[in-house]
This record gives sequence, C-alpha cells and structure tokens, in this order.
Amino acid sequence: MTQDKNAERKKEFRTTVDGTVVKQVYTAADVAQPGDTSLPAEFPFTRHVQGNGYRGRFWTMRQYAGFATVEETNKRYKYLYGQGSTGFSVAFHLPTQEGYDSDHTLSAGEVGKTGVAIDSLKDMEQLWDGIPLSDVSTSMTINATASIILAMYIAAAEKQGADPSKLKGTVQNDILKEYVARNTYIFGPGPSMRLVTDVIGYCAEKLPEWNSISISGYHIREAGSTAIQEVAFTMANGIAYVQAMLDRGMKIDSFAPRLSFFFAANTNLIEEVAKFRAARRIWANIIKDRFGSNNPRSQMLRFHVQTDGFTLTEQQPLNNIMRVTIQSLAAVMGGCQSLHTNSYDEALQLPTEQAVQVALRTQQIIAEESGVADTIDPLGGSYYMENLTNQIEKGAKKYIEKIDEMGGALEAIRKGYMQAEIARSAYDYQKAVDSGEQIVVGVNKYTSKTADETTIFEVDPAVEKKQTERLRILRQERDNLKVKSALEKVKKVAATNENMMPVLIEAVKTYATQGEISNALREVFGEYREPSIL
Amino acid sequence: MGSTELKTIRVLIAKPGLDGHDRGAKVIARGLKDAGMEVIYLGLRLTPEQIVEAAIQEDVDAVGLSSLSGAHLALFPKIVELLRSKGGEKILVVVGGIIPKKDFAVLKEAGVSGIFGPGTPIPEIAKFIQENIQEK
Repeated sequence: MTQDKNAERKKEFRTTVDGTVVKQVYTAADVAQPGDTSLPAEFPFTRHVQGNGYRGRFWTMRQYAGFATVEETNKRYKYLYGQGSTGFSVAFHLPTQEGYDSDHTLSAGEVGKTGVAIDSLKDMEQLWDGIPLSDVSTSMTINATASIILAMYIAAAEKQGADPSKLKGTVQNDILKEYVARNTYIFGPGPSMRLVTDVIGYCAEKLPEWNSISISGYHIREAGSTAIQEVAFTMANGIAYVQAMLDRGMKIDSFAPRLSFFFAANTNLIEEVAKFRAARRIWANIIKDRFGSNNPRSQMLRFHVQTDGFTLTEQQPLNNIMRVTIQSLAAVMGGCQSLHTNSYDEALQLPTEQAVQVALRTQQIIAEESGVADTIDPLGGSYYMENLTNQIEKGAKKYIEKIDEMGGALEAIRKGYMQAEIARSAYDYQKAVDSGEQIVVGVNKYTSKTADETTIFEVDPAVEKKQTERLRILRQERDNLKVKSALEKVKKVAATNENMMPVLIEAVKTYATQGEISNALREVFGEYREPSIL
Repeated sequence: MGSTELKTIRVLIAKPGLDGHDRGAKVIARGLKDAGMEVIYLGLRLTPEQIVEAAIQEDVDAVGLSSLSGAHLALFPKIVELLRSKGGEKILVVVGGIIPKKDFAVLKEAGVSGIFGPGTPIPEIAKFIQENIQEK
C-alpha cells in the first residue's frame, strides 16, 4: 500500500500533553445553541470584564523585577518614575519570601539573587526613597510573609506622609498555591489561612484601593499542570479564600471586588485564549451560585498574566522571543488586565537589560501594531474557540466537584491531591518530550550544534556581605528593648483570633526584622513540612 | 561496572537552599525510578549538612542536586566538600537547574561530575549515572 497522502501526522491531536483532544474541524454542531451570547461587561463576562476592552486603555505592561540591594532597585525605580512609570512590581529575594533574614544560614548564596533583599522597615524606606507612594501602584510578589511586608509598606508610606487609605497596589498573599506548587510557605495551612484573611480583612477596612490577594494559577501551570488543572485548582483555592472570609463574618461584596487573579500564558494559543474566557465564566458563576452575590464587581474575574517561564529553552535562546510573542498574544486576546513578558535568556540566567527590553517591546508591538487590541475578544464566535472554552469549563468543573467532595482545597492540599495531579502531568510531559511525541524546537527537533552565545548578567557576590553588614548595624542601632516587647506582643496576638495586621505594623516600626517576626510566629504556629507525593 | 549492575543504584535527589522550583527535581526523581533506580527524594529547603548526612546514612551511589535561584556556586561545591570530609568521597554528584555555562568549569573543578541543564532527556541522565558511579 502506498502512503496515504491524507494520512495525518499524528494518531491523535491534543492541545498539549494530557490536554484536550482536538478534532479535524469544528462546525456549528460543536457549539451548543444558543450558547453564551453575553456581551463584554455582561454576566458571566466570558468576553471581557470591561465594556470597551482595550479601546480605552491598553492592559498594564507590568514587568516583574528586583535587583539585589535596595540602593540598586531604588535607583532603577527612580529612573522609571522619572520616565513617567507609576506601576511597580517588586521581586523579593527568597529569604524575604520565606521569613529568613539575610544573615541566616539558609540564606547563604540566595541574598539578592531572585529579587531585592528586604530585612527591615529600614530597607523598605530606602526602597521607596524619593518615590511618593501616594502616587504609584505597587505589586508585591509575597505570600508567606505578605502580612509583614505589607505592614512595612504601610509603615514606609505613613513615614512619607501618605494616607494609607489611598494606597494602590497588590500583594500576592496566595498561600494555598505555595503548598500546591511554588513552595515558599512557612507555616501550615491553618495559621497561614488566618494570616491571609487578616490581610484581606485589614485591607477591606483600611486600604480600600488595595488588591489584597492575587489568586494564582501561574505557578501551578509552571509546576506542570494542564490548562484545565490550572483553572480548576485556582478556582478551588479561590473558593477556599472566599469561604474563609465569610466564616470570619465578612459580607461577600465587601471583599470580593478586591480579589484578583494571576495566570500563565502557554504557547498553545487557542487553548490559552479559551482558558481565560472559561476562567471568567466559571468565577462569575461561582460568585453568583455558590456565594449568592449579584454584584457584578464581585463576579468579575480580573487577572494578571505572565508568559510561561517553563516553555523557555536554554537551547537557541532567541527562539524564546517567538514563544513569548505567541504567549502574549494569547494573554491579550484572552483579555488580561496586566501582563509580564519573560525575557528570552531566562532559562540561562537572570535576564540581561537587552533581553528585558525586547520583552517589553513585544508587548508594545502587540498593542500598537498587531491590531488585536482594537476589538474585544477577537476570537469569540469561532467554533473551535467556543467549543474549547466550553470544554475547559467542563473539565475544570469536574475537578472542582472532586475537590468539593474531598472537603475543599485545604483538604485536597493536605492529602497532596493537587500536588500529585500536577506532578503526574509534569512527568507525562517530560516523557512525551523525551520520546519525541511532543516537539520542542531546538531541543528535540531542529537542534543545532553551535554553542549559544549570550551576554551574561550576574548579581555581584558582594551583595550578601553588604546586606548582612547592614543588618548587623541595624541590630546595634535600634532600641532592642522595644523590639523584644513588640515581638512578645506579636506572639500574644498570634495565639488569639485577633487580626494580626495592627500588631505587625507596630512591630515593623520598631525595626524588628521580617526574620525575627517570622520566628516569633514560628514559635506559635509551628512550621510546615510537605507531604511526600513521589 | 559488573557488580554495580547487579545491585540497584541508589540515588538521592535534593534541593539545597531556599529555591522552591521543584518541578525538575521531582520529574528526574520519577524518571530515574522508572529507569530502575532506587530514588530517595529528600525535598526542598535543605542545608548542605542535611543533604550530606542523608546521603551517607542512606548509603547512596549518587546525589542529584537542583537549584534555579542562582545559589549553585555557594551550595554545590560545599556539598561536594562535605561529602568528601564525611566519608562520602565515592558518591557521584550530578546537578541541574539554571546554571550559566561560565560556571561549569568552577563546578567541575569542585568535584561535580555531571551538569544537566533544561531540556536534557532523562535517559541521558540515567545513562550518565550508570556509567559513572563508583564501586564502594
């Protein structure tokens, strides 16, 4: 028999490994009639949360960055502020994220590496020196120590004379996905949820313009999940947060409008756009049906996107520019509120300035030249798009039901259920790449032998010494009696059900460090060890 | 190599430092298990001392380390050094994560045997371990 010229490349087509099966062609028969005919800004907001999409304002191009010491980062922020930038996104180094001071044994080698080193209010004051916090909006990727770092931010703003009720920004404050995927937890789920809800409750009352949580699927996807799992687990975590707030006696509409979300954008363009559409629809329905709110502001799912870092290859790094472009298109056609584009060299190192600029320019080209931002939800109505949106919704709902049956997200996490699902998907993906079933250009096909030359960016190793020295001087100069009594008070309040925020703000004002405050909390709350899921 | 093929190769996978990116470490752990090795996944946020102590206690043939936060130069050589001083000098050390090429020489010099960046197929890593572990 001769080779059938109609034979297909694969036995079965899927969006991604473990993803949705893709048919040869989609027709009207693949979309339920009349289907979802909602317009933008109409429930369930499938097409967009705003009535004019990007025809008024583009999405916020928010690049996540932090550089070693506060001096360097402050210099960068001042430059950006001088250039008219009013949106900042702070990357903290890992010790700050995990509640260790820069001079802790476990911090060795990590100081200033993945972001800026913040140990005390002194560092926070210096970070924003010359930048009026009343004028800017700041996004902070901080979770286990979110309450402490937000306390420092509020204290620094007060010192500048800013009115806290006018502060604008976001704290990630999403501890559940830390257990599921990102791993910068400190305490167990119980006390951690208390701190999360303390922040949400405090912000609802005192920082009405602050996004008090960014419920994140990004790291779940990065850890290996499929698009459906990303949506499902993020929604399940979102349900747990809403429930926890209701359990504290808060009214849904007093906090739900300040909940924000964060997703990844993978290279599978159509599925990713469908994912964002489905996520909006699912969340609106959850808020309406499960929690009984008819307030559109509570129902609207607003989200930030970061292009999927895992898809960046070390081999032929310039290819990553194309990947990031496709991923950004998905985010924009999917209706994101803000977007971070990765730099092409990030599989090799922390990004160089040139690579960071290309990443930002990618967004600007999409905004100004591609035309995709000129009409809302440009792919809406495509048979394939509508079908995939429905399938993602269906698949995610199945997972959410299963998690409900397990007793909710906290229980599912305690049992290691989400972690195991993600690890399985991650392993399936790797096997598919190793076998050649999943092609990654430049890695297992179209490879080249020539060495990939890139410019190197490095953090000065002297940063660690500098920061530990600062810490030593701080501990010498501050009033240590005040620090001690503040830490005692932190422990006392931690053992009650009171909101921790006021006592944390008091403590940071004595220049108690984030590591010392975390240690005080460790004494009361204990520490978390991850369940073994291998 | 004869006798090492008869007994199951034991590998310890661990993440030193504060980096939480454990996708790679977990995928490698599963992959080596599927390749027939006995794998101990020690987890993350570990000090060099904890990793070395476990490696010696578990009597492993190889230790696999992963770091994506840029702390590899501070952590990997220290682990090799500790292994040597605690009687684990025959334990093979292989590493992965985000490691700039210019650091390869320093790590090799320090006693790291294999460096596997993103995109390395698992069978390649398994083969390297099989061929390079030492009889104890």
